[in-house]
Amino acid sequence: MSFEPFSKLRSRTIVLAQANIDTDQIIPARFLTTTTRKGLGGSAFYDWRFDDNGRAKNASVFNGVNPETYRILVAGSNFGCGSSREHAPWALSDFGFRAVVSSDIADIFKSNALKNGLLPVEVDDEMHNFLLEHPGADVLIDLEEEVIAVLGGGRSAPFSVEPFARRCLLDGVDPLGHLLNQSAAIEAYEKERA
Amino acid sequence: MKPQTMLDKLWARHVVVEERGDAPAVLYIDLHLVHEVTSPQAFSVLDEQGRKVHRPDRTIATLDHSTPTLPANDKGELPYATPEAKQQVETLIRNCETHGIQLYGLGDPHRGIVHVIGPELGATQPGMTIVCGDSHTSTHGAFGALAFGIGTTEVGHVLATQCVLQRKPKSMRVTFDGELSPGVGAKDMALAMIAKVGADGGQGYAIEFAGDAVRALSMEGRMTLCNMSIEAGARSGMVAPDDKTIAFLEGRERAPTGDGWKRAVDDWLSLPTDEGAVFDKEVRLEAAAITPMVTYGVSPDAAAPVSSKVPEISGEVARIAADYMQVHGGMAFSDIRVDRVFIGSCTNSRLSDLREAAHVFAGRKVSKGVIALVVPGSEEIKRAAEAEGLDKVFLSAGAEWREPGCSMCIAMNGDKGAPGELVVSTSNRNFMGRQGKGVRTVLASPATAAASAVEGRIADPRPYLEERKMANVV
Repeated sequence: MSFEPFSKLRSRTIVLAQANIDTDQIIPARFLTTTTRKGLGGSAFYDWRFDDNGRAKNASVFNGVNPETYRILVAGSNFGCGSSREHAPWALSDFGFRAVVSSDIADIFKSNALKNGLLPVEVDDEMHNFLLEHPGADVLIDLEEEVIAVLGGGRSAPFSVEPFARRCLLDGVDPLGHLLNQSAAIEAYEKERA
Repeated sequence: MKPQTMLDKLWARHVVVEERGDAPAVLYIDLHLVHEVTSPQAFSVLDEQGRKVHRPDRTIATLDHSTPTLPANDKGELPYATPEAKQQVETLIRNCETHGIQLYGLGDPHRGIVHVIGPELGATQPGMTIVCGDSHTSTHGAFGALAFGIGTTEVGHVLATQCVLQRKPKSMRVTFDGELSPGVGAKDMALAMIAKVGADGGQGYAIEFAGDAVRALSMEGRMTLCNMSIEAGARSGMVAPDDKTIAFLEGRERAPTGDGWKRAVDDWLSLPTDEGAVFDKEVRLEAAAITPMVTYGVSPDAAAPVSSKVPEISGEVARIAADYMQVHGGMAFSDIRVDRVFIGSCTNSRLSDLREAAHVFAGRKVSKGVIALVVPGSEEIKRAAEAEGLDKVFLSAGAEWREPGCSMCIAMNGDKGAPGELVVSTSNRNFMGRQGKGVRTVLASPATAAASAVEGRIADPRPYLEERKMANVV
């Protein structure tokens, strides 16, 4: 698997300020019967975006949004909690997002996002609160430098990504290659334990 | 040597390549559990790249999430929710055939929820690393294993190499001192713990559950407790193996035999955390202070004693949750009307859970207008429950007795509530829409769920449990 390498991203933000947004919100379980990873963007936040008749909800922040312009999702704390479904980052990526910013992001979601070119950015409370209060902010994320900045506001904050995952993201590669390169060590381990 | 935690020991045994600054550890996986929802895309990548499954002998598959819980019709056709659900099931059957993986599939006497059948088969053993593309893999930690959920890309990694790339989690010990009161169980302990630490309180940690009240739990209870670790944000939960662990596993299909069994037991008993080992975080709860718990919000940490009132709602997040749940601060739980009750899931679908529910249902009726669904966790549990006559207790009470599967926990097989309905559920997540669009979920123990079915309102199970002995049930 490979994806578009991630280095710098400049985009406006969409804000979902709620804490504990779980993976059932990101993609409801009824869409999980798929056997491919493609085309899940239409199901992203489906029940937040559409009413019972499949019409776009007026109050939805996604309404009329051009995913080309809004590629950064800012969310409340503990984003992505709940199930391990990788369909969640697949859906967000397919919708058009390339980064998710929060004060803390659930472990399994974070791990899944990193493997799909969707950058999880965990920032301090000050930056988090600023972004939550300023939907549509013009934001630059620099993965090489591990800095997120609000353009025109003179505000920036550091973030950190697990170094190996960061390298994979910058190169646009799945870590499987790294694991496959360890096959001799794996075989030796298996032999020793057998 | 420095005293070690059980996590330290489990970790050290499975490191193939040590963790470095610029790379996580390569961690060997002893047992990989596979189900139909999170595996198809992993097999596709494997097939596209022309790879084989590295260790099919360390891989077990089952069908549980998308499978109907209603029986097949006269023509032998199962009532799948959608053609896609059927296709997903068929895809796993095909993938297992292609790659030589043992599938406990449709019609197999051992089929069931993946986290129920692992222990049942004796495939889950102390000292192991266990993964599955499912967050409730933490369940298996009840046996003294390091067990955690992974995503589909990692499912592919394990299929191809039997390893995952991981950094060692921090350690957290949750100690339940003292003894539980009658009518209080592992589910109540789990909800009390999550309410205390928060839905992200365990993030980045592996939890070890300890203390007299944990030691006193049955293996089923320990599984319930470890199962809910992820609802506190911790990918794994574990309990040190002891005599109960060994007694549970002895003689099971995949458990070691003969001399191998003796060696295994000696080894397992060396796993518990050493005296004096230091954890990164310690949490303590007084078991005697825990009473039957229910949730009132849309996150599992919004939990309170069923005998109390909904806490005052403060803040935007809590207000959205309260609006969705149609509750307000100061409302007595016993005033909340119930539309549906679900007893099942990898949290609470084992024989002891069904007995607990049957104990309440015996000689009583499900309240008029309430639909109650009882879904055993596996074919084996279904047979055992029927042998004890528990099915008759449920059916006489007016509850439905279904085929094994995940059912209404994830509501992707067609079993779900209607918009606006309130469901008291023994499952693990009260997220918005989890059990059907617009459905309001209240998490509870099997006894509390059964008592609520009988009363048609959220109910404290203790009066039901005190007045009758189990012997009268069957």
